[in-house]
Amino acid sequence: MERLKLFIPLLIFILLAVALYFGLDRDPSAMPSALIDKSVPAFTLPSLADEETPVTETFLTEKLFQGEAALLNVWATWCVSCRMEHRYLMDLAKLGVPIVGLNYKDERGAAQRWLVELGDPYREVIFDAEGSLGLDLGVFGAPETYVVDGQGMIRYKYVGVVDERVWQQKIAPVFHGLQESPTP
Amino acid sequence: MKRILLPLVFVGAYLFSFSLTSFAAIEAEDFSSEELRLRYQTLVDETRCPKCQNQNLAGSDSPISADLRGQIRRLLHEGSSDQEIADYLVARYGDYVLYRPRWQSSTYVLWLGPIILLLLAAAVVFTVVRRRRDDAVGEGDIDKKNVLNAAEQAALDQVLDHSPISHSPISNDRINNERSAS
Repeated sequence: MERLKLFIPLLIFILLAVALYFGLDRDPSAMPSALIDKSVPAFTLPSLADEETPVTETFLTEKLFQGEAALLNVWATWCVSCRMEHRYLMDLAKLGVPIVGLNYKDERGAAQRWLVELGDPYREVIFDAEGSLGLDLGVFGAPETYVVDGQGMIRYKYVGVVDERVWQQKIAPVFHGLQESPTP
Repeated sequence: MKRILLPLVFVGAYLFSFSLTSFAAIEAEDFSSEELRLRYQTLVDETRCPKCQNQNLAGSDSPISADLRGQIRRLLHEGSSDQEIADYLVARYGDYVLYRPRWQSSTYVLWLGPIILLLLAAAVVFTVVRRRRDDAVGEGDIDKKNVLNAAEQAALDQVLDHSPISHSPISNDRINNERSAS
């Protein structure tokens, strides 16, 4: 018994080493969103498609997300990785995935030109020049992509460029899950 | 020489650490009162930048930090309490943004862990020290360790009785013994 006690430090060391080893694989920058399973925050913002000074002011609200599951993609023309991501968003749009854009702290003219030049994968683009919706969503850098269900609830958040691999492995399972079981 | 040098190095490192916490961001911070300014300072010191995770809001130059500092200023001007501002930030960016974690089920280990470890360490030190002291006492005090039980004492008396060099009490005993025998 006395002799077994000598192994206690070794045991503690092994436990610690195993815990730390698994810690190595974790992404320290991965930050769980505080808004998972919460509604898209209320907002009243213009559409990017509007003119600079619209004749009749129509605003988009959180009701935009009622009806069917959709992606909410945060992007901006100043965001270099958004340009990389854009091509894959076009592919997704062709597959029929509804994507709502959130143009985040951008210039309207530049953003409109971007969509003309590179193509427009979005059903609708919310123009958030001040970043107010971005702040309410907890956006801390573009690109970010949220999966929103048909009731306007945020189900998943991905920070970074969405590509084939990310879509297949992370977003598609959540998104298709929502599509298959539409709650009334 | 070494004795003087080492503390000097520590003092130097300590002073240097202050210069690192100086503020990277320079913004117009017009507060109506000194009290408001101090509360703002505490808030931006104790809130983590969501983008650059090893910096606080006060020390970060990233756009999101500037936005959050602006938001905190706005909320302060509107008369929000520190608690309300913290709630506002946590609702958007999660518990993660607080450098001073809250007391809740997910942070029990964080808050209690060090105390438990300290108590454990104290228990170990206490046990080791006491055991060592007991050992030391045992070695030093002959009377305590080498005390004889009744059987041993009798055996010793026996040996002493038959030894050639006999002392008077023993010889008395012998006389008594011989008397009783006869």
